[in-house]
Amino acid sequence: MPVQASDQASGRSQMNPIPSDEAPIIVPERKPGRWVAAALVLVVAAMVVNTVLTNERFQWDVVFEYFLSDRILAGLGNTLNLTLVSMTIGIAGGLVLALMRLSGNPVLSSTASAYIWLFRGTPLFVQLLFWGSISALYPRLSIGVPFGVEFATFSANDLISPYTAAILGLGLNEAAYMAEIMRSGISSVERGQTEAAYALGMRRATTTWRIVLPQAMRVIIPPTGNQLIGMLKMSAMVAVLAYPELLYSAQLIYAVNYQTIPLLITASLWYLIVTTVLSVGQHFLERHYQRSDGGRRAKE
Amino acid sequence: MERTIENESTSAPAVQVVNLTKAFHQTPVLKGVNLEVAGGEVCCVLGRSGSGKSTLLRCMNLLESFDSGRIIVNGELMGYREKGRRLYTLKFAEIARQRSSIGMVFQRFNLFAHMTALENVMEAPVRVRRLPKAEARERGMAMLERVGLANRASAYPSQLSGGQQQRVAIARALAMDPKVMLFDEPTSALDPELVGEVLGVMRQLAADGMTMIVVTHEIAFAREVADTAVFIDAGLAVEHGPARQVLSQPEHPSTRAFLERVLK
Repeated sequence: MPVQASDQASGRSQMNPIPSDEAPIIVPERKPGRWVAAALVLVVAAMVVNTVLTNERFQWDVVFEYFLSDRILAGLGNTLNLTLVSMTIGIAGGLVLALMRLSGNPVLSSTASAYIWLFRGTPLFVQLLFWGSISALYPRLSIGVPFGVEFATFSANDLISPYTAAILGLGLNEAAYMAEIMRSGISSVERGQTEAAYALGMRRATTTWRIVLPQAMRVIIPPTGNQLIGMLKMSAMVAVLAYPELLYSAQLIYAVNYQTIPLLITASLWYLIVTTVLSVGQHFLERHYQRSDGGRRAKE
Repeated sequence: MERTIENESTSAPAVQVVNLTKAFHQTPVLKGVNLEVAGGEVCCVLGRSGSGKSTLLRCMNLLESFDSGRIIVNGELMGYREKGRRLYTLKFAEIARQRSSIGMVFQRFNLFAHMTALENVMEAPVRVRRLPKAEARERGMAMLERVGLANRASAYPSQLSGGQQQRVAIARALAMDPKVMLFDEPTSALDPELVGEVLGVMRQLAADGMTMIVVTHEIAFAREVADTAVFIDAGLAVEHGPARQVLSQPEHPSTRAFLERVLK
């Protein structure tokens, strides 16, 4: 070995290759710091697991007693419903806002900018409270000609139920964020694609639907998955409107039996399960879009 | 390559550019360009980069707006309707209709990246001409055949070489049955060994009698295929005439200087 090492040092080994059976063994760099760090983290982790299992006040029996209870499952259903409906409103509204913002009409584009500024610039929590109390601002809502005749009038209290207030709050807020995601997706499509479509005699709407949006999807879909997962968790704020989604259902139970911590854990476990399922879906979605993206960009 | 232009161009020219001017933010790009291209003629547009030749081409199908002057393609005033002493800007749908009979081939191909070669070629006939899909597919395959790529019909642009992409782009334009084809430096973005296949398709197109306006740096191609050549310098068409004369005995000093530099 030492002889070979000096051979290599002098550079002669390149001309006389060393036979493979005598090749030197490569020793990786030693990293003692890793072992120390890992040991420290493991000790802390063991402490956490120990306390979770031995502290009786976690009351795991209560956690699982309510885990599949009707009220918790109904709350979970409401949470999923809120998430999907609000996300649909957010995506549709976001697309409209993005197209408005990118349009050449200064009134439309500045209106979209103002909307995005307002809804991104105030806390969602405040917006939810606001929609919940809208009847204080507009006791009556009516349908009719602007500044003219009214055809029908409704009491805001009847029309804006906690559920309506919740999807309005979540959906309209989400639209502002989705608008920015869609705008960046649409802007990511090369100008040449639009020019080629126009040169072939395609109209604006056809070009948007057939050429620009399908290509913008590569950029839009991955962050939209993130938004969906975020929406699931943000929907817990709706508890403030006394709408029985997952968190508020748990709150209603512990308000009676005072088992606050176990019921918060019950709710959290369900949030974890759903976000895990969504994250797995998100992972595959991202991989799919990365692959077609990488494949297509490589030769362009 | 001596083709009889007279046969087809007895009356109005296929493309007529009259006194065209355009400025980008107060910087003049075109300063009054005049140009006539007869039906069936191949006209090469030459000039240094930044001379305005691409802008001139892009004005012809209204991808670029212009400040004054007129463009008449196939006897139709592009982009405006004239009434009395006024030119009324046409609606986008009308402009789209005018564009649909002018083929355009871009320097960067601009194939629709999310569609296969065949889908690229079928898209405009289906969406613009409302051709039934089956018919458009048949026609699309015929066009791909024409550029020698029928065997790559189901390939995505990313799976094709630059030369193949440009040939698909030519097929895509041809599928609309254009009366005029505009080429904006069609081989400038290609690796040298891929230039030949694209020029080959264009040569065939010229032989078939297509009216072509080609912005190019390929002097050899221009010599061989073009009927006429225009030299654009600083926003003006300084020299325009039979290709042989412009390319071999240029009169204008800037044409001479340009050719010397390019041919070196």
